[in-house]
Amino acid sequence: MTEAAVAVDGVTVRYGDVLALEDVAFSVPAGRICGLLGTNGSGKSTLFRTVIGMLTPERGTVRLHGHPPARARARGVVGYVPQAEQVDWAFPVRVVDVVMMGRYGHMGPTRRPRAADRAAVADALERTGLTDLAHRQIGALSGGQRKRAFVARGIAQGARVFLLDEPFAGVDKGSEATIVEVLRGMRDDGRTLLVSTHDLASVPDFCDEAVLLQQRVVAHGRPEEVLTPQRLLAAFGVGAGTGRAV
Amino acid sequence: MEALVEWFAVPFQFDFMRRALLVSVVAGAVCAVLSCWMTLIGWSLLADAVSHAVLPGVVLSYLFGLPFAAGALVFGAGSVALIGVVRRTSRVKADAATGIVFTAMFAIGVVLISRIPSDTDLMHILFGNVLGVSDADIAQILVMAAATLLVVLFKHRDITLFAFDPTHAHAIGLNPRRLEALLLGLLSVTVVIALQAVGIIMVVAMMIIPGATAYLLTDRFERMLVISVAVSVGASVLGTYASFHLNVATGGTIVVAQALAFTLAYLFAPRQGVVWRGRARTARAGETVPAR
Ligand SMILES: Nc1ncnc2c1ncn2[C@@H]1O[C@H](COP(=O)(O)OP(=O)(O)OP(=O)(O)O)[C@@H](O)[C@H]1O
Ligand SMILES: [Mg+2]
Repeated sequence: MTEAAVAVDGVTVRYGDVLALEDVAFSVPAGRICGLLGTNGSGKSTLFRTVIGMLTPERGTVRLHGHPPARARARGVVGYVPQAEQVDWAFPVRVVDVVMMGRYGHMGPTRRPRAADRAAVADALERTGLTDLAHRQIGALSGGQRKRAFVARGIAQGARVFLLDEPFAGVDKGSEATIVEVLRGMRDDGRTLLVSTHDLASVPDFCDEAVLLQQRVVAHGRPEEVLTPQRLLAAFGVGAGTGRAV
Repeated sequence: MEALVEWFAVPFQFDFMRRALLVSVVAGAVCAVLSCWMTLIGWSLLADAVSHAVLPGVVLSYLFGLPFAAGALVFGAGSVALIGVVRRTSRVKADAATGIVFTAMFAIGVVLISRIPSDTDLMHILFGNVLGVSDADIAQILVMAAATLLVVLFKHRDITLFAFDPTHAHAIGLNPRRLEALLLGLLSVTVVIALQAVGIIMVVAMMIIPGATAYLLTDRFERMLVISVAVSVGASVLGTYASFHLNVATGGTIVVAQALAFTLAYLFAPRQGVVWRGRARTARAGETVPAR
């Protein structure tokens, strides 16, 4: 098998006294969608922050296509779609401006866009179905469209590994289907997606594999292997077949 | 018409008025640019803090006959660093750390001021002395303004990205910490520029009002920059002239002019203004105005 797109090995992260991740190890091969499941406070966002190198683990290593996080960032390997609460939706930027921010790593020091950057942005908008909304202010979009705008930013960036934190929170079924379609298209291009979600019902639909997280990796495998009633009961305190778990 | 021309032309014959206009326009323009990021990130308190924390630096410069900018810059940048240290190394929250550091610095300045021989100097430090700026002051202001605008010209897109989404900045290999430090450095320099125009107490107005006004008028950052500068420069010119004709304090008049501009935008901005929003609500619900 080729090298893993995401390889997390023995990662332990602490915030002061709070142990957020303990000896977390798993790897995801390239071209897969991996669901990251866990309750509030199970460490999903912490894991994402560690993977992009915002947090340095106390122990353990992260590799993205074989590179440590700093090198992977410098090469534009990682794209990050933030949790909705982390975004200032009233910020005076348009959709096209946000997507253009994905290109900054490819530009000169003043980040002046060139033709190639404009083309990449137009293509990313097209693929996420946002071309007609390109000149809207970012907050003047529906929940699903907002998510797609950030996905478009990652596409324009050319990221090979994508981290999406709760992309389906506050998104209706129709929008969710559109996003899933976009994500599948990206996977079919050989990109790797790590998607945290509470929406257990949709996991078997669009994930190739799933990681159940509760400070440690409780289970990792095909979605139907991971989403067994016992494991869900252990991790979420709910039975199988339940919709949203929190 | 003639009266209007005269209103502008007569004061312009005086050398001190031309200098005052130069200083207030330059300070207004630079502050306006920075104020866009201050309002968007939510750094108003920080801007206020830095402006007060430079007091001991200004007083020491006075006492030792140094260029005012030297002391002010040292204390401005130093207090920003100190706020960061207190915040990171204790459980005290950012706003409390800011409040402690800036009042402490200001207090040190007040103590030092008792050493200043005349009360006029004190008033100038606190409330500005734009009608009496020296050649040396003007030179310092022009150098600092040029440096600030040059950095902004090259780095404004990175700074805006930092303001909007520091995590993404980090993910694509930029250094948000360094961008934050750059913006804080620019903030310190800008505060020192504005000191001469409106004095320590009112610098914060120049650092917030233009950006906040522009924010009510547009949804695009580039336009926000342009509007902010236009509002601020307009207020500087009108304020300086009005203070001449009314024979009142120049710094205060400039800030009053800015506050008027904000009030107009607050009431009548095309989409954000409370007057139109009130009407839209009474007209019919559900018909929100589409974004540009
Ligand atoms: N900045 C912080 N300081 C201290 N503890 C933190 C911090 N951020 C997170 N934690 C703790 O670390 C643990 C994991 O948090 P994390 O945000 O990673 O969870 P999560 O799985 O993303 O939760 P959610 O589903 O609510 O987003 C929690 O116990 C949380 O309280
Ligand atoms: Mg989270």
